[in-house]
Amino acid sequence: MKLDVLKDALTPIIVLGICLIWALIDSSRAMQGMDSALRLMTPLLLACLAGLYSERAGVFDIGLEGKMLMAAFTAATVAALTNSAWLGLLAGIGGALTLSLIHGLASITFRGNQLISGVAINFLASGLTVLLGIKIFGLGGRTPSLQGSGRFQEITLPFADALSGVPVIGPIYAQLISGHSILVYVAVLCVPLTWWVLFRTRFGLRLRAVGENPASVDTAGVSVTRQRYVAVAICGVLCGIAGAYLATGLSAGFVKEMTAGRGFIALAALIFAKWRPWGALFATLLFGLLESIANQYPNLDLGFVTIPSMFMNALPYILTVIILAGFVGRAIPPRAGGEPYVKER
Amino acid sequence: MEKMPKWADVILTPLISLFLAMAISALVILAIGESPWVALTTMVDGALGSSYGWGFTLYYTTNFIFTGLAVMVAYHAALFNIGGEGQAAMGGLGVALVLLYLPLPHWLIALPVAMIGAAAFGAAWALIPAWLQAKRGSHIVITTIMFNFIAAAALNYVLVNILRPVGSMDPASARFPESTHLPSISDMAAAIGMEWGKNTPVNVTFFVAIAACLLVWLLIWRTRLGYQIRAFGKSEPGALYAGISPARITIIAMLISGGLAGMMAINNVMGESERLVLNAVEGAGFIGIAVALMGRNHPLGVFLAALLFGFLYQGGGELALWTSIPRELIIVIQALVILFTGALDNMVRMPLERLFLALRKRGDA
Repeated sequence: MKLDVLKDALTPIIVLGICLIWALIDSSRAMQGMDSALRLMTPLLLACLAGLYSERAGVFDIGLEGKMLMAAFTAATVAALTNSAWLGLLAGIGGALTLSLIHGLASITFRGNQLISGVAINFLASGLTVLLGIKIFGLGGRTPSLQGSGRFQEITLPFADALSGVPVIGPIYAQLISGHSILVYVAVLCVPLTWWVLFRTRFGLRLRAVGENPASVDTAGVSVTRQRYVAVAICGVLCGIAGAYLATGLSAGFVKEMTAGRGFIALAALIFAKWRPWGALFATLLFGLLESIANQYPNLDLGFVTIPSMFMNALPYILTVIILAGFVGRAIPPRAGGEPYVKER
Repeated sequence: MEKMPKWADVILTPLISLFLAMAISALVILAIGESPWVALTTMVDGALGSSYGWGFTLYYTTNFIFTGLAVMVAYHAALFNIGGEGQAAMGGLGVALVLLYLPLPHWLIALPVAMIGAAAFGAAWALIPAWLQAKRGSHIVITTIMFNFIAAAALNYVLVNILRPVGSMDPASARFPESTHLPSISDMAAAIGMEWGKNTPVNVTFFVAIAACLLVWLLIWRTRLGYQIRAFGKSEPGALYAGISPARITIIAMLISGGLAGMMAINNVMGESERLVLNAVEGAGFIGIAVALMGRNHPLGVFLAALLFGFLYQGGGELALWTSIPRELIIVIQALVILFTGALDNMVRMPLERLFLALRKRGDA
């Protein structure tokens, strides 16, 4: 039992350790790097929570990447046409939701293979975004770069200036925590919200039950189909926010294949987090930190070895494989995951 | 009792799925303000209208046969190998190492040696996910996805830091020695006095791919191992009861699958580019999924589906050249084929089954 607690605390400890060591060795760049890690974490966290809802309800989703990409495209397109980041966000959610519904149709209604449906959705997004992008803007698949209200601006939290003089806490609050776009805070707030919804509400109990033992939920008179559709739809909304943040927060517009595997890193983080909301926060923070370090130091010189950036980029995947191998705490997926539910007649 | 005749299951459902995918693609083309008819004729003309077009179509077909067979073999063992991309990339590394560092005087010697190198590297890259699935119970889909990314990073590192010749800026290996270049089919045609497909990349590997189809058919349906693979794929408890070791079959099936994916490198790395370049696989590993699904996991089906995708690939390139329809249309078609033949299979099948039942009832009455 005690060992389990220690294993759960492992990711936060590693994250904290990396931050501390970084701050001690190279404090000037560490601040900037951790700031960027938070931004890089945001789309991962949102997509990871998206996958969490879907997979907890028993619907595997390897189409997170595609949904995010589609959302990034629709968000950037609408934001470019209306010059409103908020309308872009709505469009992003709409884009991802549409793909979610296809996934629901295939994997819930028609009881198809959820993994194959996810693969198809990834390709659909990859092809359609470029096809439509060229048609609408004629810029080779890019959208025009967004300015002003077309992007989510950085907001300064209250008292950031007043507190910045206080040692240690001041700079951390003023530079690290304050000064991100609203979607970063939304993403972080989604973590306690998800925890509360999943573990403290009737809806959450049913959602988890549908992923573990759908027959029991059915016996209790609750529709498995409906419950799974709702979960898949929530997944779409969160992927939509993630994509919108990528295109209108993190960068200023859409470029071809801009998700660059983030959907799969989110999937890795979900396993890393063992399908738990707080775990998702720390796992995506860890992966965000790794990406940030790789950006800051293309060739990380540790004195005795030089770590190439390719290794840092591959590290999330390598760590996930190690976790999957079950050497560092076992990741057990929801029991009914991936299986379509067939009601007995 | 079978709900519908076998021919309907094997031929009619994939054809209807393909038709649906094509119909939606036509709508997409209409939506971007182009003519589906012009698109189709451009593609047919560009891919099948000349021996030049055929030369490219068959080159792509060769790639897709290997990756399609790879997905197919794993699928018979109820394993979804989504890692063909990484395994084929690693196969490329195997080919490059063999050709660059072993003295091979003639292509007839180089080909089998390179095949072994390609298959060994591809299989090795499938081994770890297979072992993790068999012994540690981790899901093969997730691990093979992760291994695709790890392969890309590893290859990037090897090409930039190790295989890149001194003084070159390109992240690519040196050219393979002249003696190991594979004869292209146009060379072979020229040797017997025919002019066919000049300057096209299709090479002798095409025949290796056809042989691979035959061998895989023999393996799956005519050997004890193939029987065990299929039995395991149909029912794990059943296989266990029959004394078949699940761990052994999982690992063997994935080794064969990875080996086949790796063999693709004979075509693209050894036959076409004649050196190892970054991202040599270009998504062929993923197309293998569509090919296997479309081909109903049968080598003949895989061959035909690979031909279809070869046509789509070459036709798509022509489309981008002659019309204002971007190449990415092919990715949309590919996605729709996977969606309809793989995931929305029941959408097509259920009404068909009902139709055949109704027909039979009327026949009985």
